[in-house]
Amino acid sequence: MKPSDVVLRTENLKAHYVLDVPGGQKVVRAVDGVELQIRRNEIYGIAGESGCGKSTLMKTLYAWVNRPLRLVEGSVFYSKDGQEFDVYALNKQELRRLRWTFMAYVPQGAMSIFNPVIKIKETYRDFLSSHLRGKTVEEMFEMAKEHIEQLGLPVSILEAYPHQLSGGMRQRVAIALAALLRPSVIFADEPTTALDVVVQRGVVQLLKDIQERLHNTIILVTHDMGIHANVTDRLCIMYAGRIIEEAATVEIFKNPLHPYTQFLINSLPQFGDTGERVSAPGQPPSLANLPSGCAFHPRCPQAMPICRERRPEDTKLGEHRVACWLHAERGEAEYAANS
Amino acid sequence: MLKGAKQSMQPILEVRNLTKVFHRGSLLARDRIVAVDSVSFAMQRGEVFTLAGESGCGKTTTARMILGFEQPTSGEIIYEKNQERWHPKIWFSQRIQAVFQNPFETFNPLRKVEGYLFETVRNYGLARSRAEAVELINAKLEAVGLNYGEVEGRYPSEFSGGQLQRISIARSLLVDPALLIADEPVSMVDASIRMSIVNLFRRLRDELNMGILYITHDLATAYYLGGQIAVMFRGNIMEMGPAQEVLINPRHPYTQLLRESIPEADPDRKWQGRISIAETEQEEYLRTGCKFAGRCPQVMDICKKQVPDLVDVEGVQVKCHLYAEQKSVREEVS
Repeated sequence: MKPSDVVLRTENLKAHYVLDVPGGQKVVRAVDGVELQIRRNEIYGIAGESGCGKSTLMKTLYAWVNRPLRLVEGSVFYSKDGQEFDVYALNKQELRRLRWTFMAYVPQGAMSIFNPVIKIKETYRDFLSSHLRGKTVEEMFEMAKEHIEQLGLPVSILEAYPHQLSGGMRQRVAIALAALLRPSVIFADEPTTALDVVVQRGVVQLLKDIQERLHNTIILVTHDMGIHANVTDRLCIMYAGRIIEEAATVEIFKNPLHPYTQFLINSLPQFGDTGERVSAPGQPPSLANLPSGCAFHPRCPQAMPICRERRPEDTKLGEHRVACWLHAERGEAEYAANS
Repeated sequence: MLKGAKQSMQPILEVRNLTKVFHRGSLLARDRIVAVDSVSFAMQRGEVFTLAGESGCGKTTTARMILGFEQPTSGEIIYEKNQERWHPKIWFSQRIQAVFQNPFETFNPLRKVEGYLFETVRNYGLARSRAEAVELINAKLEAVGLNYGEVEGRYPSEFSGGQLQRISIARSLLVDPALLIADEPVSMVDASIRMSIVNLFRRLRDELNMGILYITHDLATAYYLGGQIAVMFRGNIMEMGPAQEVLINPRHPYTQLLRESIPEADPDRKWQGRISIAETEQEEYLRTGCKFAGRCPQVMDICKKQVPDLVDVEGVQVKCHLYAEQKSVREEVS
């Protein structure tokens, strides 16, 4: 991978929720040492169970860190027009200028982001007037109409109030709005969750259309592996605040290396096969009280003594990386030699 | 084996021409929405019957009528030969139990979870002493993969969604119901926990010979559970038959659309083609003729005028004009 292909990269990113509780502080390690390199012109997927930190990772990447969430360590670098910059080194003004024009964020439950007492077209107008100067109201409505038409949504929705639209339509309008200023990076947090299957497909279709039109980067967070298989180019699996595996989506599904990824993929029911599906035993760990060593070891059927003691580092196998002692023979050998 | 587990071909639940009409709008401009339109089906003990469909298809309204939360506009619900209005309430809740969608809403956050279990034991007089009650509760919790020690003294916030859903199922098992009505029990939980609950249903069906009315939009788990399936759309059963047959060879264009829209966890089988954006729910409900005609790729003139009959196609009932030459189920009966 050429460095110029990278639009977003992180270095040992750590973001924790620091909560004041009676008798001290409670630290929830939602993002705990994430290394990422996301390229231009790709749909990058982040998968994992609820409570694994994927939404927090998204917020941290978008530099949307509010208390009690704190950036503890590491940096997030974006590259824009051949220049690389640390997003946390920017001041508020600079950050605001980047939002929506360079990077956009569709939050989870985007159905409730609209002001319920104004029409969709007013939302568009508000949005445009705060980012573009010297446009008349008519010009802005015209832009909104054109944008809606290009994305294949019915123009009549501009005259509707949010409650008059179905959940799927609201979700699509939220995504369309995020793409309006042609951002280079769009973050979409669980855009298909709580939608019907047919509507889900419509939302995914829209995301794909946008990516094909703008040739930008879409970062898609969802727990639905079926959606990932359908849209993403590359995929990472998150567990307990860390990325435990990353590869091209096809590779992850064909050749999952981490035992957790294997459970995630093999537990999905498939049409044409009623054989018993077994999911990972036990419960995901609490991020406030992580197990020692590899966070998955209490649930892992292949756990070895080393897994309890030391956290595995990434093993790179070409474009495929995995953080598991099963695949880190060298690390294991070193451990045996030292103990 | 538990009591009352003997096999009989008597349906445990039969629904005949069940209809529910809601009115919407003001007094002058009123819309009449037939949320459930002459739905008929029957299910046996030891069988999973799936009511599948998207939100707003009438599946939850059907379940609410079966549970007695909603009064049907017309039609009959027959539980083990009993007409609905004849049976006393206590009989009903001992035979039929329900599990709902959101496990976090099922339990009061300020009350210990065990309280719900003891309350059920007390309400039905299932134990003579506390020790006996604990023993019974422990047995039911073990049936769902938990035990009393894990639950004792803890509040709902201390459990995950999957655990709460299993506790909710354990509570319903206390009375040894013959029928469990599960309304979207896995839609709020993660994929890995989803399978543990679906596997639990398989065990309850096989080991306790329970009937399970499984209401879901998740066709993949419906396929996995097997049994019978009825695919609903805007109040109508569009296709009904053995789940594996219906989902592998969907005959109705709506079932075909649903089946194709499920994202499969296989990057080699991505979605092909595009779908059209739906009319609003209300427009589809108010449609004369087939409710799916507005989106159907194989729509004919007759579809927009006349409601198709439910016809039998190789053991599967299909409500579609494409299969009109087949014998109508209604004619066969009369």
